[in-house]
Amino acid sequence: MGSGRLYLAVAAGGFRRYATYRMATAAGVFTNTVFGVILVYTYLALWDERPHLGGYDQSQAVTYVWLGQCLYATLAIQGGGAEKDLMERIRTGEIAVDLYRPVDLQLWWLAGDMGRALFQMLGRGVIPFLFGALFFPMALPTGVTPWAGFVVALLLAAVVSFAIRYLAALSVFWLMDGMGVNQALMITGIFFSGMVLPLNAFPGPFGEIVRALPWAAQLQMPADVLMGETSPLTAFAFQAAWAVALLAAARMAQSAATRRVVVQGG
Amino acid sequence: MAERGALREGLRAYRLIAGMWVRSSMTYRTSFAVTVLGNLMVTGLDFVAILLMFSQVDTLGGWSLPEIALLYGLSATSFGIADLVLGSMDVLGGRMRDGSFDILLVRPAPVLAQVGADHFALRRLGRITQGALVLGWALLSADVDWTGAKVLLVPVMLVSGAAIFSALFVAGAAFQILAQDAAEVQNAFTYGGTTLLQYPPTVFGKDLVRGVTFMLPLAFVNWVPAAHVLGRPYPIGLPDWTAFASPLVAAACCALAGLAWRAGLRSYRSTGS
Repeated sequence: MGSGRLYLAVAAGGFRRYATYRMATAAGVFTNTVFGVILVYTYLALWDERPHLGGYDQSQAVTYVWLGQCLYATLAIQGGGAEKDLMERIRTGEIAVDLYRPVDLQLWWLAGDMGRALFQMLGRGVIPFLFGALFFPMALPTGVTPWAGFVVALLLAAVVSFAIRYLAALSVFWLMDGMGVNQALMITGIFFSGMVLPLNAFPGPFGEIVRALPWAAQLQMPADVLMGETSPLTAFAFQAAWAVALLAAARMAQSAATRRVVVQGG
Repeated sequence: MAERGALREGLRAYRLIAGMWVRSSMTYRTSFAVTVLGNLMVTGLDFVAILLMFSQVDTLGGWSLPEIALLYGLSATSFGIADLVLGSMDVLGGRMRDGSFDILLVRPAPVLAQVGADHFALRRLGRITQGALVLGWALLSADVDWTGAKVLLVPVMLVSGAAIFSALFVAGAAFQILAQDAAEVQNAFTYGGTTLLQYPPTVFGKDLVRGVTFMLPLAFVNWVPAAHVLGRPYPIGLPDWTAFASPLVAAACCALAGLAWRAGLRSYRSTGS
């Protein structure tokens, strides 16, 4: 089997695995829709007081909310994707088996997480988004080009999201327990991805810093590309730079871990 | 008489099981301290979001920051109490799937007490602490014309609110028995409910406010009684006495949730595994 086909099979496995939980997916759709409604009303009140906050008008702010609900599970913004399993395998020592496989560890987990992300978007993300588009005024482009740019930005966002979580999971080689790391992923993910408020609306120098961090590649960039608030090429470059930097850092951490760390015995 | 005996037995079972979980979490004290701190930070993010909004505006839906902080503190603290007491209800789905729920059914202790105390986590004190801090600040800085009734209303709101949220957890658990793997639906009402109540009712559409007043009476956790404390018009023009109706609403919610739980238990079919 060619290596391309191998990773495709791994991705398909990730997709199928999450597709099994139909009831949980339906429940997730409901939850994301409810939170979307609550958030839309608070944003509308906020944009009522401060029109054009962060360069968005009201319909753009609404679009941002529903994109956030669509991508929440897709990009595992508060964690809970492939990194959870990886942490568990490192903790129990099962990672030793993975290291013997004639595959690239990072690509293997990336492929699985991409399959997961695709399912979460189709199964869980699209319906709340359509609900939002149906009942609230949204700022959606009509041309093909912004949507095509959005797809590319989304793909890059998924890679950056994976890279952050993969790097965090590798720390378990040294920490032995992922609880604190998971909590840190949750806090940084929700806050710095712009789930609480668009990063554009973060004030002053703090806003500048937040918009330069890798988490900005996840929700803010795809949203701005879709709504034409940024040039797609600038967004792609920002996302790709973080993806490469984080994946390379994880490579280094990975080789350090496999050389130095003693794997837990059973 | 039999009812009272069952209640006492339930509380005893709850205390024993919860105590066991507390002892086990205290085995690693540093780890426990870190998770409490983490819990405090995760739940605090909601308030940071509100602070961020107020870095851009002076009022939201016509309400000032101390006023919204009062809503937030009441909602977060009463939800935190319910979450501490019954927050582990969402492990019910997992227990039904792996068959260990059947074990709870044959034990000589009320099932609700066993499920409620399951995985009892003292780290949830983080949420209560965080909510209480915001509430304390709000009580000091909000412009309130204090009277005896208003002072009394604050603890009444916390207790009634905790009872209303607890009823939601129990009703959610009953629903989980029917729907099996749907813990997240419960989250929409519990976590969604507390998030909703952290913002003033003027922010939301009339129909939504009507829904959480008459259908799912969350408005009695804080919106209605807090409107009395702050001297603001009541949501959807409710009469004056409704500010003091929270305990009644809470009692009704608990009774209905109890009925739902019994119905759920009766309909339970084991997986057989």
